[in-house]
Amino acid sequence: MLVFIKSAIRFATIFLFGSTGETITEKSGHLNLGTPGIMCLGALGGCIGASLYMESLGINAEIINQTEQVAAAAANINGFAAILLCILFAMIFAGAGGLIYGFLTITLRCNQNVTGLAITTFGAGITNFFINYVDRSGFNYLAAKFTAPISGSDDWFSTIFLSHGALVYTAIVLALVVAFVFKKTRVGLNLTAIGENPATADAAGINVTGYKYTSCVLGGAIAGLGGLFYIMDYLYGSWEYAMEDLGWLAVALVIFSVWKPNWGILGSILFGAFYIMPSYVDVSFAAKELIKMVPYVATILILIFTSILNRRESQPPAALGLSYFREER
Amino acid sequence: MVAEKKKEKERLFHLVKRNDIEPWKKWIIRIASVIIAALLAGGIFAVVAKDSAAFGGFFKEMWKGSFGTQRLAYVFTSDWAILMCISLAVTPAFKMRFWNIGAEGQTLAGALGAAIILYYLGGKIVEPVVILFMFAAALFMGMLWAVIPAIFKAIWGTNETLFTLMMNYVAIQLTNFFVNLWTRGTQTTMGNLGNGTIHGILGIPYIQNAVIVAIVTIIIFIYLRYFKHGYELEVVGESQNTAKYIGINVKKVIIRTMLLSGVICGLAGFLLVGGSPTPTINAELVAGRGFTAILVSWLSKFGPLAMIFVTAFVVFLQTGAKQGSNTYHIGASSAYSDIIVGLFFLIIIASEFFLNYRIKFRKKEGK
Repeated sequence: MLVFIKSAIRFATIFLFGSTGETITEKSGHLNLGTPGIMCLGALGGCIGASLYMESLGINAEIINQTEQVAAAAANINGFAAILLCILFAMIFAGAGGLIYGFLTITLRCNQNVTGLAITTFGAGITNFFINYVDRSGFNYLAAKFTAPISGSDDWFSTIFLSHGALVYTAIVLALVVAFVFKKTRVGLNLTAIGENPATADAAGINVTGYKYTSCVLGGAIAGLGGLFYIMDYLYGSWEYAMEDLGWLAVALVIFSVWKPNWGILGSILFGAFYIMPSYVDVSFAAKELIKMVPYVATILILIFTSILNRRESQPPAALGLSYFREER
Repeated sequence: MVAEKKKEKERLFHLVKRNDIEPWKKWIIRIASVIIAALLAGGIFAVVAKDSAAFGGFFKEMWKGSFGTQRLAYVFTSDWAILMCISLAVTPAFKMRFWNIGAEGQTLAGALGAAIILYYLGGKIVEPVVILFMFAAALFMGMLWAVIPAIFKAIWGTNETLFTLMMNYVAIQLTNFFVNLWTRGTQTTMGNLGNGTIHGILGIPYIQNAVIVAIVTIIIFIYLRYFKHGYELEVVGESQNTAKYIGINVKKVIIRTMLLSGVICGLAGFLLVGGSPTPTINAELVAGRGFTAILVSWLSKFGPLAMIFVTAFVVFLQTGAKQGSNTYHIGASSAYSDIIVGLFFLIIIASEFFLNYRIKFRKKEGK
């Protein structure tokens, strides 16, 4: 049971990064359906960053078979620097994805749904294609730095709260910070105003375009960390094509958490729990597929309830999905 | 505040929305964007293949991949038919500005409906009856997947984009459920489900899907242009208040239009199962076409006739890019075709800007 909770929290991190980023973007009135693709780009970026770091230590595909030499070089890995470099690269790549989306939807005022879907196709394609060209030798050593726990002891408290890698805590702190910014600061209020009614916000002297760009790029960059976590922590440096589907779940989580990243923490753990539950319970293979359906159905139910209750706090931003052109009546 | 105003004045240019544009300008912009995208795609290909000759070779391979042999041409035709069918399905809803991004799930639900009938009834009763049941089940399932979000949208205003997106995954998991049930968890895809397929028409194999979809194209074209329904959904899309004012029942129109969308998606699902020589079902059967169809429909400006060519172009890109990457051995071919299709879409979407807005440069001497 403890292991189950631990794995659920770990898996949740992918969703949490994705949904925190997507929430920032959606708050500005931009429904970025490119998030799955952008998360893929984050994974690619992190992978390239990691590869460059390993190369600087002299670990590459040519020497990977000389085990002792590699192990000696791997002992020099500076966990903090390596993780920071990977984060930087992941954010640059994913941020670039967000920037393309932002340029198309903010400046060129293209249809958001269509642009987002195109970004998803493009980002996932680029990642799945080029990630095979990245030299991923020795990544298992690097992944060990990502997954290194705060405390290795196995009492229940340490297992649940202290046994995770650095990115898990980053995700939670980030979600709390973003929630605080939304709720308590002027910046958050301005952003909300833009998402609700950009024309009014513009009239009030808020720099609408600036805010929108910042939220698209920053949202993309944060979502990209989900991809980085997926490849470096969850998969220990290997790669699977499932990133796109996880990205859609992150989009679902935004709704599930009714645009509040602090609720997203709990929501993501719940999603993570349902996603990994099939490997922990002893039911038929068919029933396992039904368990995996739960997060989606739950999101639908939340969507329905919030729309029926029609409470003002739990609605999507009113201008979500609409482009803003100042000179339009 | 004052400083900000000054900055506004110094801007070099500003944008003006344009309502009409000469057709020839439109086409120049569009063709230019396709050419730019093609050059970029070829360039990326040459860089990845580390061979400058690959730049030209890429286009040759693309042609070969789509029409090189008779068999490939057949495959091309049936791929075209499925994508076209789904694009047609999403069109009425989009004209109504109902952002249905659940075509993937609606199609898969339809395919699943057909597969369920085929699994339990195939071989037990005569084939034409099986096909008839499959047809009915597919249409019903597709309709169900579309109508549920539509009802909630119509009555409570539930966000349809997110709802339909989630319905996709419900359909995928339901498909996985049945596949696991039937194979006892040993496989992720069903083997050949056997009889219960339509083979060719008039002795030409693989053509049935294209023929059926061609008929649907004509029907949708007429429905949108000459029927009152088609006009009503357009009014609802333009302005719900106007629609209410002239006495259109908006809720009814939303549900009715999504019903139509769902039925056509269900038909696409039926064709995926029943129109294939080796009918099968798995969660990847629709293979992202539900999302591609949205882009196709939007790029065709929701016109069924333009859609014929846009669909053909997209399928050409997909199959061609796959062929190219296989010939030059540059790895994951389906990922490469995603890159190419994504690139074309992004550039063409961006070019729309120049159709809708005009950049006005400020004259130097003020007014």
